[in-house]
Amino acid sequence: MTADTPPISVSGLVKSFGRTRALDGLDLTVRPGEVHGFLGPNGAGKSTAIRVLLGLLRADAGTARLLGGDPWRDATELHRRLAYVPGDVTLWPNLSGGEVIDLLGRMRGGLDRRRKADLLDRFELDPRKKGRAYSKGNRQKVGLVAALASDAELLLLDEPTSGLDPLMEEVFQECVREERRAGRTVLLSSHILSEVEALCDRVTIIRKGVAVESGTLDELRHLTRTSIRAELAAPPDGIPLPGAHDVRIDGSTITFEVDTPQLDTVLRVLTEIGVRSLVSRPPTLEELFLRHYKDELQEAAR
Amino acid sequence: MSGASRGVRRAVPPRMAGVSALTGTGGLVRLILRRDRILLPAWVLWIAVIPLGFVGATDSLYPEAADRLQYAHTTGTNPTFLALYGPMYGTDLGSIIAQRSGFVPVVIGLISALTVVRHTRTEEEAGRRELLGATVAGRGAGLAAALVVTMGANLAVAALLTAGLAAQGLPVAGSLAFGLQMAAGGCVFAAVAGVTAQLSEGAGAARGTAIAALGAAFAVRMAADVGGAGNSLSWLGWLSPLGWGNRLRAFGGERWWTLALVAALVAALVAAAGALSARRDVGAGVLPPGLGPADATARLSGPFGLAWRLQSRSLYGWLAGFAALGVVYGAVAGGVLDMVKDNPDLAEIFTRLGGQTAIVDAYFASVMGMVGLIASAYAVSTALRLRTEEAAQRAEPLLATATGRLRWASGHLLFTLLGPVAALTVAGLAAGVAHGLDTGDPGREVPRVLGAALAQLPAVWLVGAIALALFGLAPGLTGGAWAAVAGCALITLFGAALGLDQWALDLSPFTHIPKLPGRSFALAPVLWLLAIAAALSAAGLAGFRRRDLATR
Repeated sequence: MTADTPPISVSGLVKSFGRTRALDGLDLTVRPGEVHGFLGPNGAGKSTAIRVLLGLLRADAGTARLLGGDPWRDATELHRRLAYVPGDVTLWPNLSGGEVIDLLGRMRGGLDRRRKADLLDRFELDPRKKGRAYSKGNRQKVGLVAALASDAELLLLDEPTSGLDPLMEEVFQECVREERRAGRTVLLSSHILSEVEALCDRVTIIRKGVAVESGTLDELRHLTRTSIRAELAAPPDGIPLPGAHDVRIDGSTITFEVDTPQLDTVLRVLTEIGVRSLVSRPPTLEELFLRHYKDELQEAAR
Repeated sequence: MSGASRGVRRAVPPRMAGVSALTGTGGLVRLILRRDRILLPAWVLWIAVIPLGFVGATDSLYPEAADRLQYAHTTGTNPTFLALYGPMYGTDLGSIIAQRSGFVPVVIGLISALTVVRHTRTEEEAGRRELLGATVAGRGAGLAAALVVTMGANLAVAALLTAGLAAQGLPVAGSLAFGLQMAAGGCVFAAVAGVTAQLSEGAGAARGTAIAALGAAFAVRMAADVGGAGNSLSWLGWLSPLGWGNRLRAFGGERWWTLALVAALVAALVAAAGALSARRDVGAGVLPPGLGPADATARLSGPFGLAWRLQSRSLYGWLAGFAALGVVYGAVAGGVLDMVKDNPDLAEIFTRLGGQTAIVDAYFASVMGMVGLIASAYAVSTALRLRTEEAAQRAEPLLATATGRLRWASGHLLFTLLGPVAALTVAGLAAGVAHGLDTGDPGREVPRVLGAALAQLPAVWLVGAIALALFGLAPGLTGGAWAAVAGCALITLFGAALGLDQWALDLSPFTHIPKLPGRSFALAPVLWLLAIAAALSAAGLAGFRRRDLATR
């Protein structure tokens, strides 16, 4: 594997469970050194994709390359170079959290003791408690410390912060930024949009087992609409606004959304009338996300 | 009643007045009855049927008063019987039944303790108690409901036994005393479990402590009774609630006042459990949860270290059980000759069971088949640990490390392979030594009996390999491995009695085990069993390497 071989490269991945198609031709590329957000609601296929990458599930069709190897055939070798945190960390009732962290670290091939102590401190986790005594959030911390204390070059995080409180979420984000500075690659599956917005260089949005968008947040924003609210010198009746949607006019005030590539043209039209004030807001990730799931939401509402 | 006092009463808000610690007990009782609608009647009937079945069997084996008198002087005073069952207090049919049922209070005590923990601490651990605690249920309601149901079931056992024995012509007073003796064992250990369920956070610890108390009570009663009624250690029996049961002397001049001891102990334990439960938080124990080490020892660094950590405790428990079983079987061997001397029918049964004419050899061949069956249950439980770990999603993070599937599996499978070796060795040695001390020639008996135990290994491994094959090839059907154990048990225990055809008997691997120590060792069937076990294991492991891991 050369320096710019993508650590994860998946194309046309298909995986069915009985009649359900969990993955239906998924494409996903994660570049070296980036934090890649893997977005989608529950059941979109995020965990299935990660488990195929881990060699826990065998794909029915398509190709998947992980760190230059075959995730199914070379699983054991590849796992030395990655660390994984599942969305629901389950522990053995009679093993302490510290024991599980050490065990997972050793089975991966080594653990940085100083880093472990540091992370336990930052996540405020008592490693002496037994597995059954931990709350959901604390179980999750055990998994996070075990993964972050490794010196893996790739981190696969599957909704790792479920159950963490906002303070710990902050600590987690700080840790991920440190990982990126250290040159590690991170695949972060999540449905917490603020987390993805805060951390990720690039994002892939997955829906029903297919990637529907992929790119940097800026690129994705470019593909969608910007909201404009303008107060004009005169009522804008009858003027042509190419690429504008949901236009509402109230006297000399106009509100609309515009396809971002058309923004320039539309602004020229407005300035010809005369602009007194202007508010322009780029789409939030939430809007991006909801646009792809709108029909599903409608179906659910029905 | 004066108007003023009525006014005072009204001052209590009506909603508060209705809520006590026991509010909602009735609803929870119905919930438990609903959940256990099959389990509860099943064990009540099972417990009742065993002693009732003894009546007919004993009556036909010892029809005349003279036979029963002879039984009382031979088998009835055999030290093994005395230790296991307690003394006989009379020479009539009822006294024989009462003695032969001497182990039933231990069984009913065990079931009762497990039932109480199941409906108290297990519920809390699973978080379901919290759900109910948020409704209108007093904080003592869960405990009260579990005790009411369990003790009610025990009284149902007593009623069934009293009616069933009296209907078969036994004295009514004795039948009632006998029924209450059995129920007393259950009620005491239900109350004991009510206390232990308050102590620790884990249901496992609550069960363990209750079972330890039961074991201690049994050990004390054994020590008190092994010398027979009225021996110099007999007073020890008053220290054990199980000893009180015997000393009620059903059918032997009942001493009803011993029931007052039982009632007082049950009342004290229930009060203690109630007080403890009122003082602690839901989900917490009275004893603080133990903390573990902050770092793993060097031993816990891979699949083998983990499997050892997860399975060694249970192995020790099984080994203790096998040792006890071995001692009992070995010690009873001498008594087999006594029993058979009295009774030609029994002699015939044993020769048929063991397929042998030398009675003691046949006896060992037959009991070691039994020990082998139990070992195969252990082997299945160790192999299916793989499935438990996988289904609980605990295998997934391990397999996401640099640990291959086969290496992970082999940690647990080591117990399937070597656990039965240890178990059968322990049982064989214990039985051999116990029997050898009895005959005065341990040098001859130990290797013979140990050999008979170890001869079971190929069949035990084969049953374990069935579990492994199912795990690898059809993980949804791993319960089939328990069906295999049950099938083997059916064939071994009742095959001959049911008059099954040879091909049906041949289905059980245990049928093909050489009947040591009496007969010579035949190599060919053993090699066949080993080959089939190896093939099943290989198929299971290959299947596991190829298939998807179970996911949620």
